[in-house]
Amino acid sequence: MNKAFTKIFVIFWKDMLMEFRTREIIISVLVFALLVLVIFSFAFGTGIDVTEMTAPGILWVALTFGGVIGLSRTFAVEKENSRLEGLMLCPVDRAVIYWGKLAGSFTFMLAVAVVVTPIFLALFNLPIFLPRLALVIVLALTGFAAVGTLFSALAVNTRARDIMLPILFLPVVVPVIVSAVKATAPVLAGAPWGDMLTWLQIMIAFDIIYLVAATLVFEFVVEE
Amino acid sequence: MNGNHALRNGILWGLGFALMIAALYMVFVYVPTEKHTGIIQRIFYFHVPVAWVSFLAFFVTFIGSILYLWKRQEKWDAVACASAEVGVVFTTLVLITGPIWAKPVWGIWWTWDARLTTSLVLWLIYVAYLLVRSLATEPEKGARYGAVIGIVGFIDVPVVFLTVNLWRTQHPTTIIFEGGLTTPMLMTLMVCIAAFTVLYVLLVIRSAGLKTMEAEIRRLRIMKAE
Repeated sequence: MNKAFTKIFVIFWKDMLMEFRTREIIISVLVFALLVLVIFSFAFGTGIDVTEMTAPGILWVALTFGGVIGLSRTFAVEKENSRLEGLMLCPVDRAVIYWGKLAGSFTFMLAVAVVVTPIFLALFNLPIFLPRLALVIVLALTGFAAVGTLFSALAVNTRARDIMLPILFLPVVVPVIVSAVKATAPVLAGAPWGDMLTWLQIMIAFDIIYLVAATLVFEFVVEE
Repeated sequence: MNGNHALRNGILWGLGFALMIAALYMVFVYVPTEKHTGIIQRIFYFHVPVAWVSFLAFFVTFIGSILYLWKRQEKWDAVACASAEVGVVFTTLVLITGPIWAKPVWGIWWTWDARLTTSLVLWLIYVAYLLVRSLATEPEKGARYGAVIGIVGFIDVPVVFLTVNLWRTQHPTTIIFEGGLTTPMLMTLMVCIAAFTVLYVLLVIRSAGLKTMEAEIRRLRIMKAE
């Protein structure tokens, strides 16, 4: 078990190193997510009454669309120079590769969220320090990474690979998007825990279901 | 195709045809018009069976996908894919017949109710399934990817339903189970469900047979090229 963790970490660290050196994914996704925030603010208006209704939605549209872009990059970079084949030649279980890539995707999305969310809160004049929002973000991004890593590996081998990932990914993560928006609203409004508990439970259930299911079927996606 | 298959298909066609005629007769002539909503309620006898078949179809895709990944026999993939195709067509019909009923009764075409939203999300997932299959670089990869989506997509159904149900709900749920239907109505519904189920089985057999033949032709072409 300990060995599996080491192997997962090695694959994860490979992605981190690549990102430190190229800065290909995080910066571009970050700029894109910020743009989504700004465009949606223009589209919906920014009066106080409007903000209450639209703010949670705007945040999650930005994080979801940014997430899709980041997820599609995680396997697209492996496709260049046949790196995916190299990865497959590693003497490790396919599930280890899945968890390694998942950890990488999750970290990229989290890094983006850590920058985007405070900017979002400031732009909408909301309190900046919201630890409960961090919990919602971690749960939702885990679900995104669980489903997205699987579909990203699948989409790179189809012809219309750029559009294939969002088409596959978005309908499946509907429960996460709904729950994340519903759990964010009480946090922004300063309502008690009770209002968000159900939605947190749904996200936890979703995360567990998809982490298990994707671990089991991932090998069928990457086999040659 | 051997004699057994021909006989089975003949029986199914005959049964399907008889049931469909009976269903049409019962829906348009036999069953009384519902008191409150009027003539539009008759669409219910198509809407419910079609919805039932679309869920059945995606369940069969789910099972077929598991069996394909497990046994690696092309027939399971053919069944899974054929069933998904029929399922998408039937879900489209659900999404069309629903609003036609909803507009006069609820006064709106669409509402983000649990059943409606789940059907819509299902439709989107399985359209993606068909897209991946047609855009895969090789048929064998398409079959594997399809199977993965057939499994991962189907386990999403209860989660989507639960989530959207907590979100908001408006669909008439309990009419069928609380005895709100009179005997002629229930009988009509049953005949319609039987008719559409047989239609589904026929379509899947046809489509899966076609896919098996296509695979056979591909194999022969490769053999000839070699």
